[in-house]
Amino acid sequence: MAPGYYTPALMKPAPFDYHQARSVAEAVTHLGEYGYEAKVLAGGQSLVPAMNFRLARPAVLVDINPLDELDYLEEDGDTLRIGAMVRHVTFERPVTEGPTGRLLTMAAHHVGHLPIRIRGTFGGSLAHADPAAEWCVIALLLDAELSTRSPSGGRDIPVEGFFQTVFTTALEPEELLVEARLPKLSTRTRVGFQQFSRRAGDFALAMAAVAFESDEGQVGNARIALGGVSDRPLRAGEAEQALEGQAATEESFRAAAEIAALEIDAVGDIHGSADYRRDLVRALTRRALEQAIAA
Amino acid sequence: MSERTKVDVTLAVNGRPYRVRVEPRRTLADTLRDDCGLTGTHLGCEHGVCGACTILADGQPVRACLMFAVQCEGMDLRTVEDLADGDRLHPIQQAFWDNHGLQCGFCTPGFLMLAAGYLEQNPDPDEDELRAVLSSNLCRCTGYQNILKSVRQAAEVMRA
Repeated sequence: MAPGYYTPALMKPAPFDYHQARSVAEAVTHLGEYGYEAKVLAGGQSLVPAMNFRLARPAVLVDINPLDELDYLEEDGDTLRIGAMVRHVTFERPVTEGPTGRLLTMAAHHVGHLPIRIRGTFGGSLAHADPAAEWCVIALLLDAELSTRSPSGGRDIPVEGFFQTVFTTALEPEELLVEARLPKLSTRTRVGFQQFSRRAGDFALAMAAVAFESDEGQVGNARIALGGVSDRPLRAGEAEQALEGQAATEESFRAAAEIAALEIDAVGDIHGSADYRRDLVRALTRRALEQAIAA
Repeated sequence: MSERTKVDVTLAVNGRPYRVRVEPRRTLADTLRDDCGLTGTHLGCEHGVCGACTILADGQPVRACLMFAVQCEGMDLRTVEDLADGDRLHPIQQAFWDNHGLQCGFCTPGFLMLAAGYLEQNPDPDEDELRAVLSSNLCRCTGYQNILKSVRQAAEVMRA
């Protein structure tokens, strides 16, 4: 790095060719043509910072912002269909009645800051696969199914297995994520979402999303998903099983949170050790369960 | 198209068209400052954290460092230069003046546009909401309390 006072070149993206897609078909044609050289530009709230730092240097950007055909929310029976270009801010108010809409709203308020939520997109967040991204955790919690389009057609991908490691998904370079389908939670499902970050809007050091049915105080269909603690979002399967059929009490919540803290493979980094993240998982899981039952 | 080919872009900023010729990699923030001569928009971190470059795009506050000028044709862009009416300050600017909402002034254009965009859509925010929204931007001088006071006053004046 050259010494000096103002070195503007350091925070500027490397040159790239820009393609503004006018249809999904056109976007995937470009992706097919350029493969690994190309990146999809959705909201740009993660990609552009990485480009400004030159951590990412795509030779080609395929801008899908003009694609209104990917900006939709539809209720299809028991499924909520979310177009890839729906902006985070849309979820600040419930987009569907019942617990699914409430859960999305709880999570939405933790996504970055308002100007970030105005630009950033649901599909972009899933495709980017930050382990601390709220939508990745919610998609995993709700057993979402994702749809892609590619020059050879497209496919449906279950969310389980979609997130492979940090910033890495099952998407092929010529594939465009076009839709996420969330199976809606039953009306008697209770939901909770808790996260911890040092400052509002920062990436969470840990987060817990929970959903369970409570029939006469007995837990059924328990789900617990965790983010920010590993190289990808995780389900706490053992804790879910331990909670199944239990009375919805402080003791059973505490026990499940303990199991969640122990079963995960937490990672440590400059922001917090693995042990610290385990402690956070223990506290946040319990709080999310209590929040769910209190609501 | 070679990597360094510039493209013609027409931006609508503060109700005026600006015809510029830029590389696709030119951010909206740099374009406003260097190509449109609108240096009221400040650049702090250039990776979306500090909010100094916040402007309004189609009425909504966005980080101008995280958009490229080539994306912005057809958008209604507003920058801090649009707030005052000649010598008459906008209520948000007046409120920052009255409440010592700025010291060095570096973050101020971003806070003004963030508040302007937010208050236009939410004229009567509660305290928690307001704090959450203002946490979007960084200020290293004021300790934020006077910024909160300023925006509260502006909200009152704008509602009246």
